[in-house]
Amino acid sequence: MTPSSLTLAEMAALIPDGARLALPSENSGVPVRLIRALIRRGARDLRLVGGPTGGFAIDLLVGAGCVASVEAAGVSLGARGLAPRFCAAVEAGEIEMIDSTCPATHAGFIAGEKRLPFMAVRGVFGSDMLARRRDWTTLDNPFPPHDPVVVVPAILPDITALHAPLADEAGNVWVGNRREVKTMARASALVLATVERIHPGNLINDSAMAPGLLTRPYVDRITLAERGAAPTALPPDYGPDGAMLDAYAGAARTREGFDAWLSDFLNEPGVA
Amino acid sequence: MTEFTKEEFLIATMAGLFGTGRFMVSGVNSPIPAAAGLLHERQSPGFFVSIHGDPDRTPFVDGGAEPFDMAAQGRLDTFVFGGVQVDGQANINLVSIGDPGRPKKRFTGSFGAAGLYYLIPNIVLFFPAHSRRTLVDAVDFRSASPLAPAGAFRQGGPKWLLTDRCLFRFDEGQMAFELASVHPGQTVRDIREATGFAYREPRDVPTTPVPDDATLAMIRGEVRDQLAVAYGRFARSCIKDP
Repeated sequence: MTPSSLTLAEMAALIPDGARLALPSENSGVPVRLIRALIRRGARDLRLVGGPTGGFAIDLLVGAGCVASVEAAGVSLGARGLAPRFCAAVEAGEIEMIDSTCPATHAGFIAGEKRLPFMAVRGVFGSDMLARRRDWTTLDNPFPPHDPVVVVPAILPDITALHAPLADEAGNVWVGNRREVKTMARASALVLATVERIHPGNLINDSAMAPGLLTRPYVDRITLAERGAAPTALPPDYGPDGAMLDAYAGAARTREGFDAWLSDFLNEPGVA
Repeated sequence: MTEFTKEEFLIATMAGLFGTGRFMVSGVNSPIPAAAGLLHERQSPGFFVSIHGDPDRTPFVDGGAEPFDMAAQGRLDTFVFGGVQVDGQANINLVSIGDPGRPKKRFTGSFGAAGLYYLIPNIVLFFPAHSRRTLVDAVDFRSASPLAPAGAFRQGGPKWLLTDRCLFRFDEGQMAFELASVHPGQTVRDIREATGFAYREPRDVPTTPVPDDATLAMIRGEVRDQLAVAYGRFARSCIKDP
């Protein structure tokens, strides 16, 4: 898919209500501007999968009422503490929380990428994730020493939405060293990418850049979104917008504060 | 005796638990473990700490799964976990208080703990607010647990529990903690009153040693400088000027 003239609103319309939507972890290419368009279109009942964790964007989607469930190994605002709207929604029973642990989510995406039914993961024994999740179980290793091993099912998202520093004219998206983002995308049925800029030419021929590519066969739609991950960081292009994240963390502590912050965020002039 | 901050004392004490480790990863929001790792680098040549938030100390180029693979390979051998609760069988809770289906209070989530609990040989549990609310008889949610079925693969597990009051050693055979030392100003009775789980208490419990002048100089010098890359505010406010 070569870069398109799709608007962010048109791209957001490709994410239907109820979709199982995988998002990269904080500062790993979170498509915040696309998520804003998704909130503007009034998305409902999304089943989010953190890759394997989440932060600002999951808190925002939950607070905006777009989410039915969150599967993640953790959701927080990092140094700014707990994710307030996420925590409030779990405490109020407004969303279903499907707790995972990082290596299990990675294993689920790897199984999904390979279209294997499940993947084994070390440890996890004795945890309440294993006790509570009906989709996780323990098998005996069929080979010596026949030890018990925890297995988790493939994660097969309907959609992965990601933001990346660049795509090229041939339709390859450069995600750098975020291999888990490539894995998550490959596990998904539909891949939507927003990018900072379009590189003239084909990066396949650049041996320094090629290992960081999510190549054209994996990517369904690409559209431009300058500072598309802000206020989260997009290494190596930009760091986090600390002032905006501070303001969010403060405002989102209350329902009223969040609503006012969201209204400003959705109505920011001059930004699609 | 030289004056020191509570944080400097914990940094020095924690570094003493890292033993013969070679590679430690300190996670998000972990200034004291990161500083302890930096101190141990100077006390034990060959040890290296990766610090979240310091790009020069983040030797991962292959995405978020790589540190977990390194742990499985035995290359990542030292780690510090915190949480909202820990119990007497070294189960830790990073998820919620109350019924997990409808919790009274929700926290972050378990992150990598459940897997790493079986892979990393030297796991230090760090609960710097020791009380009956944090050191409990049974955690409300087991984010990570050493309780595995017979024959399960295990190359690591929790070894220590360090708090602001004392140090416990975890006995994997007994699945129980033993009081290893009490920090200056604390008594074994104080620890009993502040701890919600049962543990072994030897007849003679030593006092945790305080950091000597050379250690404090190291913390206030190179450790503080390098820590400031990821934790500027902490380095300035919790570690004294050299």
